[in-house]
Amino acid sequence: MTDDVILQVKDLKTYFKLDEGLLKAVDGVSFELRKGETLGIVGESGSGKSVTNLALMRLVPVPPGRIAGGEVLFNGKDILKMSDAEIRAVRGNKISMIFQDPMTSLNPFLRVSTQLIETLVLHQGLDKKAAKEKAIEMLKLAGIPAPEKRIDQYPHQFSGGMRQRVMIAMALSCNPEILIADEPTTALDVTIQAQILELITELSERLGTAVILITHSLGVVAGMCDNICVMYAGRIVEKGDADEIFADPKHPYTQGLIKSVPRLDRENKQRLYSIPGQPPNVINLPDCCPFFPRCERAMDICKSKYPPVSAVGRGRSVACWLYGEGK
Amino acid sequence: MENSDNLLEVRGLQMHFPFHAGGVLNRKKGFIYAVDGVDLSIKKGETLGLVGESGCGKSTTLRAIAQLHKPTAGKVLLKGKDLTKLPAHELLEMRKDMQIVFQDPYASLNPRMTTRDIVAEPMRIFTKAGLVTMTKTEIDERVEQLLERVGLSRYFKNRYPHEFSGGQRQRIGIARALALKPELVLCDEPVSALDVSIQSQILNLFKDLQEEFGLTYLFIAHDLAVIQYISNRIAVMYLGVVVEVSDSAELYKKPLHPYTQALLSAAPIPDPAIERKRQRILLTGDVPSPDQRRAGCYFYDRCQHRMDKCKANLPTLKDAGPGHQVACFLYHEPV
Repeated sequence: MTDDVILQVKDLKTYFKLDEGLLKAVDGVSFELRKGETLGIVGESGSGKSVTNLALMRLVPVPPGRIAGGEVLFNGKDILKMSDAEIRAVRGNKISMIFQDPMTSLNPFLRVSTQLIETLVLHQGLDKKAAKEKAIEMLKLAGIPAPEKRIDQYPHQFSGGMRQRVMIAMALSCNPEILIADEPTTALDVTIQAQILELITELSERLGTAVILITHSLGVVAGMCDNICVMYAGRIVEKGDADEIFADPKHPYTQGLIKSVPRLDRENKQRLYSIPGQPPNVINLPDCCPFFPRCERAMDICKSKYPPVSAVGRGRSVACWLYGEGK
Repeated sequence: MENSDNLLEVRGLQMHFPFHAGGVLNRKKGFIYAVDGVDLSIKKGETLGLVGESGCGKSTTLRAIAQLHKPTAGKVLLKGKDLTKLPAHELLEMRKDMQIVFQDPYASLNPRMTTRDIVAEPMRIFTKAGLVTMTKTEIDERVEQLLERVGLSRYFKNRYPHEFSGGQRQRIGIARALALKPELVLCDEPVSALDVSIQSQILNLFKDLQEEFGLTYLFIAHDLAVIQYISNRIAVMYLGVVVEVSDSAELYKKPLHPYTQALLSAAPIPDPAIERKRQRILLTGDVPSPDQRRAGCYFYDRCQHRMDKCKANLPTLKDAGPGHQVACFLYHEPV
């Protein structure tokens, strides 16, 4: 079981030193990614899902940020201890990323061809002509019509959905082992979102790429992911198989989150559930369960100590005092 | 033709924006046909949901109804009075009955004003114009009462917008919209910028306020599940026109227009078991640019069921069952 694990994140911590105090954006996150798996990381704004993934690519701005601890084992080698040259050989080659806003992640001054070819020449050692052929092939794979013509255009000549396709073509052009997609469809319309998600699923299956999908949308996760991590205030509160979590959520936050989303397939005439209160400010957070002020089932112990991670069923775990030895 | 049950009637609304070539001469190059012939009606006490993708003209429709843009053509009848023809002082008086809640709770509150000033501003303006008479203490009491009604403490009234979270700011925006006891509230994507757990709080607040004050909503969102939850009736827009109007439950059970069908099938459902079984209708291509008018159906390029007659004729909204209208030649013949 463990031999096909390609990425193992152990107790990753990323802190930001701000004027207001210490912001523990990621505070002890652990998960594993297997070959060909699609892992969803869900959480609301400020829960630390994007910082987690920036940290494991060592892209957190230092200062004010600092990776305060943990290990990120990629095929057994700790990314956090790699030299700059070593990490450059991984980024964009073995692990690549796509971001929410495809306009800001493409260089507006350069033709799409220049940007695609650069990656291929750098990582794959192709000459320019072969790289251009490969780039055209990737654009075609990503569903861009007339790629021979469009490759010489600039990013502003593409629509939002098409730009995201260019990003996907670029990210997958070096045949990476892991694709990290950070809210890849949040800026897109629903019909375009459906196209892009379909494309990511299809290409990752064909190329055997494992995907980490970061999103706030439970609907997107439900359609795409094998496993899920639910994050709240910098920590993973629940983790496990997607079907099981949706069918039987254990953590009160996950339960509340699933109940508070209006659903198309239901006659939504009864009142929506809503989690009371606001998400916490993660600056100078005390060492208690960050969800207790909003939790319906909060107990005394929740206010004084952070709950340990307890196993609940096969491959599932939850950080809550209602389970495990805390019960 | 005018139905007295209807609080708001929109007839043939058009909103065209000219665009210029730039340069020294800066000549007019053409128009963006943002809204191109929209008919809507909203009964008192109901919620009409307006749904569509970005650039379909839903926000422009709302702004043209509110007279924030002067419409190019068409009528906007609020309680039987055509707002497009009213002189400024009469329009101001009508605005008392029609208030807006905006999408971005960061951009729609003045960062230099306290919460008290933000919520009191409409009452101060209307008192100054002589349209309502409220004393300073009355306004102050009303501000406190409004803040508590939308779920904020009265002690927040001296704070500035940056001290609040997104959800709290949206509550301030709602309090401001309710200050003059309007009948119609135009909501322009009021929950789109909010997190899931906050979104349901605000949706429930909208529902409670409607029940308590008998409000009528025109509610814009791009999230279909949100629209279904909040609305009694739904209008689907595409490229500046309404392609389908129906009761909310009916629309989800029996969508008629191919665009509505694709939109519904593309919307994700948070349940892996259901997601796996769903057959998606995947539309090809992007929404075309609204900078030219077409002779035929606006959805022609992306439609699965397109026919020859769709290319040359523009379908208009026709009845297709009780309370259900659709603009598509699959259901009626071109005239």
